[in-house]
Amino acid sequence: MPYGEALELQRELVERRRAGDVPDLLLLLQHPHVITVGVKRETGHAHILAAPDVLAARGVEVFDAGRGGDVTYHGPGQIVGYPILDLRPDRCDVHRYVRDLEDVMIRVCADYGVQAVRAPGMTGAWVPTPRGPEKVGAIGVRVSRWITSHGFAFNVTADLEYFRLIVPCGIGDRGVASLAGLTGRALAIPEAEDAFVRHFCDVFDREPAR
Amino acid sequence: MPTPVLMPQMGESIAEGTIVRWIKKVGDPVERDEPLFEISTDKVDAEIPSPGAGILSEIRVKEGETVAVNSVVATIGEGVQDGEAVPAQPAPPAGPQGDGSPSPKSRPAETKPAARPAAGVEASARPAAPASKEEARRARSSPLVRRIAREHDVDIEAIQGSGIGGRVTKHDILGYLEHRPAVDGEAARAPAAQRAPDVTFRPGESVSVVPMTVMRKKIAEHMVLSRRTSAHVHTVFEVNYGRLAKLREEHRAAYEQAGAKLTYVAFIAKAVADALQAVPVLNASIDGDNVVYRKDINIGIAVALDWGLIVPVIPRAEEKSLLGLCRAIADLASRARAKQLKPEEVQGGTFTITNPGGFGAQFGLPIINQPQVAILGVGSIEKRVTVVDDAIAVRPMGYLALGFDHRLVDGAVADRFMGMVKQRLENFEDCGV
Repeated sequence: MPYGEALELQRELVERRRAGDVPDLLLLLQHPHVITVGVKRETGHAHILAAPDVLAARGVEVFDAGRGGDVTYHGPGQIVGYPILDLRPDRCDVHRYVRDLEDVMIRVCADYGVQAVRAPGMTGAWVPTPRGPEKVGAIGVRVSRWITSHGFAFNVTADLEYFRLIVPCGIGDRGVASLAGLTGRALAIPEAEDAFVRHFCDVFDREPAR
Repeated sequence: MPTPVLMPQMGESIAEGTIVRWIKKVGDPVERDEPLFEISTDKVDAEIPSPGAGILSEIRVKEGETVAVNSVVATIGEGVQDGEAVPAQPAPPAGPQGDGSPSPKSRPAETKPAARPAAGVEASARPAAPASKEEARRARSSPLVRRIAREHDVDIEAIQGSGIGGRVTKHDILGYLEHRPAVDGEAARAPAAQRAPDVTFRPGESVSVVPMTVMRKKIAEHMVLSRRTSAHVHTVFEVNYGRLAKLREEHRAAYEQAGAKLTYVAFIAKAVADALQAVPVLNASIDGDNVVYRKDINIGIAVALDWGLIVPVIPRAEEKSLLGLCRAIADLASRARAKQLKPEEVQGGTFTITNPGGFGAQFGLPIINQPQVAILGVGSIEKRVTVVDDAIAVRPMGYLALGFDHRLVDGAVADRFMGMVKQRLENFEDCGV
């Protein structure tokens, strides 16, 4: 789904969740190549390394996303997860929410035999490799009166070349990885999506209802 | 009664928050639960609702500032349109209370000093160091008063305020207007001119306002950032290009056969790459208190485009022969103009060469391309009279200007580097293909 549409959809869903019209939701999407920047716009845009012409030539859009976090890239082969949850009454702790999202991603990695960990001070799911720790999943969240939007991005088969257009999440000296790259296997997105649904429900204590 | 707005605690172990954006401005009306501001903690952006209804009367914590949880970040006032939008005081404020309050609740006039110690302090102290005259104006008056001041072209600073803390009330400004001497257009315009700090043209001037392209904005930001970051110093050397001119002639055909054009820039890039190996601090970067010496010499060559400026990079220039540099430069320049550069080709530069001489300048004093610490500007090369072996001679001459960051590079070091470059260029060995 084009990123612009997803932004609109999320805004709508947040309001409907707030009104109680919809239950807690987890959207799992893929986007065409796009670079998104968080609320710290200047820092985020400064971390886009490619000139606008170069981006336009590659067909990469740029959006201000209105979420926390620095700059990141989304594209085919990357599962972008948008949990629209009401964190009340007992989950009103944004740090805990972020840790929980990391937990979900770490569990999905485990399903594929990849050991991912948290890195203190650097949010996301990291995998230790001979090249150093590489990030396989990134997080950028927005909370509006305890209703969440935006969320996480997980590289399954994403083309990591595109990450060179930016300084991912503002972290210049660490690499980016994909599950396919780490396992050396060809992977299917639907399978990964199922894993996400399962682990998400486990961590967040919810029942999937489709 | 005014309501304080507190920095919320977004989690158990969270002790502070950073304000990213004020959704409402001072003077705006707010409803209870309406989004008021956004805060940011690592990776999370949270929209915070207003604790009450009224008018946002003051903002204590600016965008970008971080404060402890439960600190007062703003105050929501009574919603009085009159000049009396003041925070709680032990005695009722002087002057009439407005009755146009949008707040449906009727608030008791007494205060809770214990709950609002900071508000009392604020009333007599101005918000710390207002960043601009604009903010200072706003701090001394309510929106209504400011509007009256604008309509009558009056500088609020000029009016004695009788409100709390020197605030200019409606009473004050109306009194001022009644009693001020008849002002002719000139006197009225003078304060207005002083008071418009952020307008670069006035209505009625013949201007054409065009929004900046994204590239232009980025260049603008980078240039200002670079000036603020580095301690820019420039040193200028004159170079006798006689020998290079001869070499170019001698080897033109051979290079053309090899599919390359032997240019002055290529010679300069070679001389620079070699000199950087001898003076590596000019190829380094500053990271906090550390110097980061970079092993690779990645020379960026600034290319002027119709629509802006771009700096493609020759990676590991120290490994390339003169022929290799010629090819790389020509290739990067032509692909830059055709918008065919790959993203990694504009990244990772460690030193930049720019060519103001191409437009006729004797020399330029370029701005450093962050995070590098030096940039070489090549001035125009033209035949000039000079002295060779104590006799007058005519040679192609040009200036090279090195911009360098004095935080890391001292003049003597920069000049040693430039001396080496000059020596090399003036005594270039054979460059056969």
